[in-house]
Amino acid sequence: MNFDTRILVLSALAAAALAGCSSTPLTDTSAPVETRTPVTASGAGATQSPGATASGTPQSRVTTVDLAAQNAAAAAAAAAAVSAQRVVYFDFDSFSIKDEFKPAIDGHAKLLSSNRTKRIKIEGHTDERGGSEYNLALGQKRAEAVAKSLELLGVADQQVEAVSFGKERPAAVGHDEDAWAKNRRAELKDR
Amino acid sequence: MWPRRRFITALASAAALPAAAQFRIEVSGVGATQIPLVVATFRDEDKARTPIAAIVRADLQRSGLFRPAETPLALDERSTIVTTEWRERGADALVAGSLTRLADGRFDIRFKLWDAVKGEQLISQGARVVVDGDLRLAAHRIADEVHEKLTGERGVYATRIAYVVKNGRRYSLHITDADGEGGQVALASPEPIISPAWSPSGMQIAYVSFEMQKAVVWVQDLLSGERRVLANFRGSNSAPAWSPDGRQLALTLSRDGISQLYVMPAAGGGNPRRLTTSNAIDTEAVYSPDGATIYFVSDRGGGPQIYKVPAAGGNAERVSFNGAYNISPAISPDGKLLAYITRQGNAFKLMLQELDGGAVRALSDTQDDESPSFAPNGRLLVYATRQQGRDVLMTTTLDGKIKTRLLTSGADMREPAWGPFVA
Repeated sequence: MNFDTRILVLSALAAAALAGCSSTPLTDTSAPVETRTPVTASGAGATQSPGATASGTPQSRVTTVDLAAQNAAAAAAAAAAVSAQRVVYFDFDSFSIKDEFKPAIDGHAKLLSSNRTKRIKIEGHTDERGGSEYNLALGQKRAEAVAKSLELLGVADQQVEAVSFGKERPAAVGHDEDAWAKNRRAELKDR
Repeated sequence: MWPRRRFITALASAAALPAAAQFRIEVSGVGATQIPLVVATFRDEDKARTPIAAIVRADLQRSGLFRPAETPLALDERSTIVTTEWRERGADALVAGSLTRLADGRFDIRFKLWDAVKGEQLISQGARVVVDGDLRLAAHRIADEVHEKLTGERGVYATRIAYVVKNGRRYSLHITDADGEGGQVALASPEPIISPAWSPSGMQIAYVSFEMQKAVVWVQDLLSGERRVLANFRGSNSAPAWSPDGRQLALTLSRDGISQLYVMPAAGGGNPRRLTTSNAIDTEAVYSPDGATIYFVSDRGGGPQIYKVPAAGGNAERVSFNGAYNISPAISPDGKLLAYITRQGNAFKLMLQELDGGAVRALSDTQDDESPSFAPNGRLLVYATRQQGRDVLMTTTLDGKIKTRLLTSGADMREPAWGPFVA
């Protein structure tokens, strides 16, 4: 057999071998392939897919915890609460700060300590009973008591001014204990 | 008692005093003895717009010490008066005078006072020349002179009273004659005014104003209206009190963290001299008439009480011992009496204490008394109180028996201060 004949035979054999591979039928026994659609954070448009929980929350969900946002929200809520609590009330002839007002003072102290440019004015008042001058001094003592509490909690002296209106600027008109109790107060105002 | 003769006309109604629409005076109580006297209409007083004789009668009646009457007879200071005739008609004294308008527009006022009991002229050459605007003052001075001659005590009809009126959210500092007439506003403000204090000359007034949203002490010249800040230190500045020589004021300042007494020059400036050093409220200073002592309120012992301290500095000594709450001291011009306000339960009452001996008595029937101030003759007190829901001013004699009530329609009156004698 010469060279040309051998190539023909080899080619024929190769072709026969290749033809034999492609024509042999194979039985496919692999697992079924699942079709998955990515689940969005809100779950909208997600196709119910096998393996998901009954409530619809995907298994691999990750919820983000943003500490910066949390702090900002809590601070805003606290500031709102503190802003609402701008009046400290006192018993007759007294300038002691009662326990129920300490959280409000704490709140103001935090706001002022965290922002040194912020300033407040504390205005002390009394009820209508008694002379104008003694009540002016008593109102001043009430304002100074609140100022002192703030300073003990870290607020700078320059941020706070304590003044008094004595009995000259009542919040409630009336000549009974109900009105008097509303007038014995110190008000915290932004300056 | 009064003979119905044509010589004397009793006043139609004892309580019908000439009153401005705004300021009414009601007198309650009378003196143990009232001196009946006749004040004749001054000749030609109708040429001016000021009823001289009526003002004199009203002043004398308001004191509770006199029963003044008119006469239809035309009398003046040159009339021949037979005092026994007047005595028979029930008058102990007679006043007659005249008003003459001069070429320059001023008025020449002359008068005489006859004592019908002694049968002599007590004032024989009463005379003064005044401008039209001072005719009321001239009438008050005549009443003062008559009062002094017949009672031995100086009258205060020619003095003035300062007080604060609150009308809704408007406050004004008023100066009126002691009879409530001639009211003028020294200061009108949308913020409170408290603690007016007359300078000894009567020309200036110190007070506390809240126009800067805090208590600041101002001094104002009444004639010109010029005003200046005397004290605006940190915190509250209040309770101004003039020294008797007019050179200094004692004040309450909270600049060192708590209300304490300080002394400053009336001209202002300089550093205030601290007078008290307690850890308590010290306030409401008033000088004694000799300027050597300052009385004040302190709660260093618990509740507010009245103390005294040498004006030059030194130890404080307690002065009030009745009750647990005593404030607002006022010292009489002779230095012997202390008027103040005491709290009894829910009531605030005017009290008078003898500084030598300590005897104390109540002077009022009301429950909300404030701010007593002595008249410069030491015979009367003016104070603020509350009646029928209104803040009013009252005067009282020191025995509490004769009172006048001063009230103005629609507004609350408070913080009275009786002005000094002026020449």
